[in-house]
Amino acid sequence: MNFTFHRKRISGILTIVPANERSFVEEMKNYNFPESRSMKLKEVMGYDKRRLVSPGVCVSDLAVFGLQHLFDNGSLSRDEIDALLLVTQSPDHFVPPTSNIIQGRLGLKRDMLCMDINQACAGFVIGLIQACLLLEQDSIRKVVLINGDVLSRKTSPKDRNIYPLMGDAASITVLERDPVESVVHANLRMDGAQHEALIIPAGGFRLPSSPETAVLEDVGDNNFRAKDHLRMDGTAIFNFVQVEVPPLIEALLAQAGVSKESVDYFLFHQPNRFMLQKLADKMKVPYAKMPSNVVEHFGNGGGATLPLAIALNLARELETGHCQVCLAGFGGGLVWAAMLMRLGGLSFCQLIDFP
Amino acid sequence: MKQLPNILKEIRPEFDFTASQDFIADGMLDSFDMMTLVATLDKTYGISIQGTDIVPENFKNLETIAALLRQCGVQP
Repeated sequence: MNFTFHRKRISGILTIVPANERSFVEEMKNYNFPESRSMKLKEVMGYDKRRLVSPGVCVSDLAVFGLQHLFDNGSLSRDEIDALLLVTQSPDHFVPPTSNIIQGRLGLKRDMLCMDINQACAGFVIGLIQACLLLEQDSIRKVVLINGDVLSRKTSPKDRNIYPLMGDAASITVLERDPVESVVHANLRMDGAQHEALIIPAGGFRLPSSPETAVLEDVGDNNFRAKDHLRMDGTAIFNFVQVEVPPLIEALLAQAGVSKESVDYFLFHQPNRFMLQKLADKMKVPYAKMPSNVVEHFGNGGGATLPLAIALNLARELETGHCQVCLAGFGGGLVWAAMLMRLGGLSFCQLIDFP
Repeated sequence: MKQLPNILKEIRPEFDFTASQDFIADGMLDSFDMMTLVATLDKTYGISIQGTDIVPENFKNLETIAALLRQCGVQP
């Protein structure tokens, strides 16, 4: 499905990561693998440091902290937020929406729209699309898009398939109308038939959590996890990304009439370095144009990895200049989505620690 | 390609890769081992095995891996 938007822009990006840092090397002993094998994995996948929330910290805590930071330094004012979108797979509660909790905690105005969107690693692009759709309305002049997840709380420390790659993070992206003519192109695909490739089997209404769903099970390859934990079919996800993402990007560039060479940066969701380098090879894009350093510093924080890549690598460039960027997210659902836009002139592009 | 058994042995020293016809079914290579192997093969032979070729069928045994390398232009 293709989308085209006129006169919409990102005006600021703030990313929030927990100050609590873990090291892959320190955690290796948790896994039932020889140290040499884990070290090889570290080298190939780019695992090193990651940031995790402390027990009890929720997405709304990261979001409220970040928004308060923007209010305090004058980058954003409460009354100008007409819509607050929260993309998360780890809400504070099933009921009510976490976006409403954030609104209430910050004392935002009542004449506004709050909306939770349950999307995963493609959540940044999905959220941007939704924000642009809302900005078509006269009554909505500024949208705050929050991407946040604390899914490390739902991973098994004995599951080497997923535990070492997970990180927690949130981002706040402000969108508004562009005073000058500009075009944003987007393209997305979904395949719900493969929804089990990335799933938390228990804890919802289909299979409520119980003492049985909390029991660690031997799932092969020396990994142990419970039905309450996040499960990922790594091979299926890897192959889906390699097969589906390059043609999606080609279709997006063709739709926009833009050559691959004229794109300054390909900013993709970052599950691990190996996956991104294979994508870059396949698409014949230099590694320098496709940063893959988020996982080694912060872990995979879901939809927030993409804005994290922007804040980590391009903050100064985007505060002073402009770039043509191709964004892409892919993951649970399955969903794969891409966006081409001119990004820059940001009033803020920062990365802060949540204490 | 004669280095192949040694490369595999380096990744999983506990197995004899000349004695199996299905490394995956025999539990000798998991999905992360495949990625480690691909990274090593890329570096050793100066190639880039396509991400779409990183599927279990291509890593079943020495013959299938050799076929994949030939497809990437590695001389036997």
